[in-house]
Amino acid sequence: MPSPTSNEPIIRFDRVNKSFGDLNVLNGLSFDIAPAERVTLIGPSGSGKTTILRLLMTLEHITPVKHPEENGGVMWVEGEPFSHMDKGGKLVVANERHLRQARQKIGMVFQQFNLFPNMTVMRNVTEAQVHTLKRSKDEAAAKAKELLDLVGLSDKVDNYPSQLSGGQQQRVAIARALAMDPDILLLDEVTSALDPELVADVLGVLRDVASSTNITMLIVTHEMGFARDVSDRIMMFDKGVIVEEGAPEAMFGDPREERTQDFLRAVRSE
Amino acid sequence: MDFQAVIDSLPRYAEPLLVTIQVTVASAALALLVAFALGLMTSSKHLVVRTPARVVVEFFRGSSVVVQLFWFAIAMPVILGIQFDYAIAAAIIALALNYGSYSSEVVRSAIASVPKGQLEACTALNFTPIQRMRLVILPQAWPEMIPSLCSFAIMLLKASALVSLISVTDITRMATLIGGQGGGVNQLPHLALILVIYFVLAWLIWNGMRALERKAKRGVGIDAKLPKNRAIDAPAAAAGGGGAA
Amino acid sequence: MQEWNNETVVEIFPAIWDGFLVVLQVTLVAGIIAVLLGLLVAIGERSGPPWLKRVLSGFFQFIRNTPLLVQVLFVWTATSLYINPEWTAFAVGSAVLGVHYASYTSESYRAGIEAIPKGQWEAATALSLPTHRVWGAIILPQMLRRSTAAVANWVIAMFKEVPTLFAIGVLEMIAQAQKYQGQNYTGVVEGYTIAGILFLAASYPVAVAARRLENRLAKSHF
Repeated sequence: MPSPTSNEPIIRFDRVNKSFGDLNVLNGLSFDIAPAERVTLIGPSGSGKTTILRLLMTLEHITPVKHPEENGGVMWVEGEPFSHMDKGGKLVVANERHLRQARQKIGMVFQQFNLFPNMTVMRNVTEAQVHTLKRSKDEAAAKAKELLDLVGLSDKVDNYPSQLSGGQQQRVAIARALAMDPDILLLDEVTSALDPELVADVLGVLRDVASSTNITMLIVTHEMGFARDVSDRIMMFDKGVIVEEGAPEAMFGDPREERTQDFLRAVRSE
Repeated sequence: MDFQAVIDSLPRYAEPLLVTIQVTVASAALALLVAFALGLMTSSKHLVVRTPARVVVEFFRGSSVVVQLFWFAIAMPVILGIQFDYAIAAAIIALALNYGSYSSEVVRSAIASVPKGQLEACTALNFTPIQRMRLVILPQAWPEMIPSLCSFAIMLLKASALVSLISVTDITRMATLIGGQGGGVNQLPHLALILVIYFVLAWLIWNGMRALERKAKRGVGIDAKLPKNRAIDAPAAAAGGGGAA
Repeated sequence: MQEWNNETVVEIFPAIWDGFLVVLQVTLVAGIIAVLLGLLVAIGERSGPPWLKRVLSGFFQFIRNTPLLVQVLFVWTATSLYINPEWTAFAVGSAVLGVHYASYTSESYRAGIEAIPKGQWEAATALSLPTHRVWGAIILPQMLRRSTAAVANWVIAMFKEVPTLFAIGVLEMIAQAQKYQGQNYTGVVEGYTIAGILFLAASYPVAVAARRLENRLAKSHF
């Protein structure tokens, strides 16, 4: 568990590139995230914020550059190379085995929940604990009960996802991610697929998680009120670069950049 | 037409009926194995795994099951020096390879139809590729496969009649044997009889598969009374439509 | 025990090739029946009177769920005993094969009809178009585009089932190989192998073309 007082960044993007075919999404992007920091990424769609989360979850892979020792193009997590691995003092692009090891520290909650429809709520939360963390069934079940209680769904353990509302499904997904004891939690537009009346419950659960743990969080959201409440820092992205960043009060209260002002105006008028 | 003669000859159909059932069940079981093996292989992202499976599938789908049956029963023993003790074994293998190749496409497309988000969740939870297949993909793909596999099982039942052409005494051969006596004038009622038998067998397969499908869908938390396609997408539908299913 | 003989291959090839040409002829005749009859059945099952719907669906369900081989034997026996012994195995076999596959193509057409949005039917009703115009101008053009690839695949499948007709004496490839065997006491091994290869050579390009067609139709804006 990283301690909040540590000075070393828990996540470091060092001149990271990502392109999809001809489309450059990230062009030499660098930033650091401190342990236990809560950072919200905002910006218009296509600005690369979701790509950043997907790179960290290894759902996408960086576009490598030559000589990463000098030229960067590397993601670091907890001081270790993440997108790359150390091979005799040289950094080479990570293989599947390294990624498997590396991504253990990271959990993700998806826009579309992605619960397993063939498993009950209980099994959704215990399955990975048992199979990837090798916990005993009892241990996994105890942990699951605790977390399902936290998200307010202890009465739904035997239901299937298709029997739950979207908001309930998303809360199960949050419990499922937390059950893996991640150091870093990625939240990718977790309320965008929900009906308006269900958003508050999910955000409430996330507020509880934020205040009761010191998990590092990277959040992509359009819920500006939520971002303001839980974030230590807001990063405004456009076209794969950081336009502006700062504390939420400053960013929402008095943004300096015109692009930030335009974006916030557009979001608020929605 | 002498219906009394047909009724009197019914006991003679008992053993051939078992042969028909045996050929159908054995080749269906073997075809299912072939279908999963080839379907998983053609779903692989590795070219070295995918290509040979693709070649096998195209080979068996590209040619005629009738010719394959004759080839396996008569030509292959000569060319490859493999001798089957019974024509029936050659027939079962030929039918299984042919229909297994067709069905492997059902397996492959059902696997491919599992939503991408499910695979991403597996990565996020750090499942190994085998765990992902066993715990998530196959349990979701299986109910989707059942209706198509059922169609292939019925086609296999129909194709089993071809074994009569290589001197295996199934109900078709028995009908031509009994009916063929006396210049073939009695053949018609016997052929009509076995058409009905085949239809009943097909109906049994169909009902068995329906029950299996209902059971499989309950296993993924889907009420079988819901419209059967799209049921796997229920979470997305709930997200868009806003209520509990 | 027979052995593989390259000379036999050369000798038997013309006979197998003749058999292959017969297969192609049967495919043409039966294919036309399957394509047209299937369409009529699909239309009948959709907008015919209730008794016709019931008869059609019952009959074709029975056809679809019983073996082609037995149907061929049945009809061949019936025609030669009770109807007209002059009818050739080629004609009877092609007809039975065509009707058998019409039971499949009609399903593909039906799926194509069902995929047409309900609004199209309602719009046609709202415009009070006569039935033949509804089908000719609105339903058929949309449905054909959706069903063509599936129907083409059934015709390919049918092509591969033509050898079944050797059971009633149609001189296709297996019958040719057996005839040669009868005269020369050798040749089935080579004959069946050539037959298999000819099928592969003929059906693979057609299957690829059908897949292309399927992709093209899927992309068209209809």
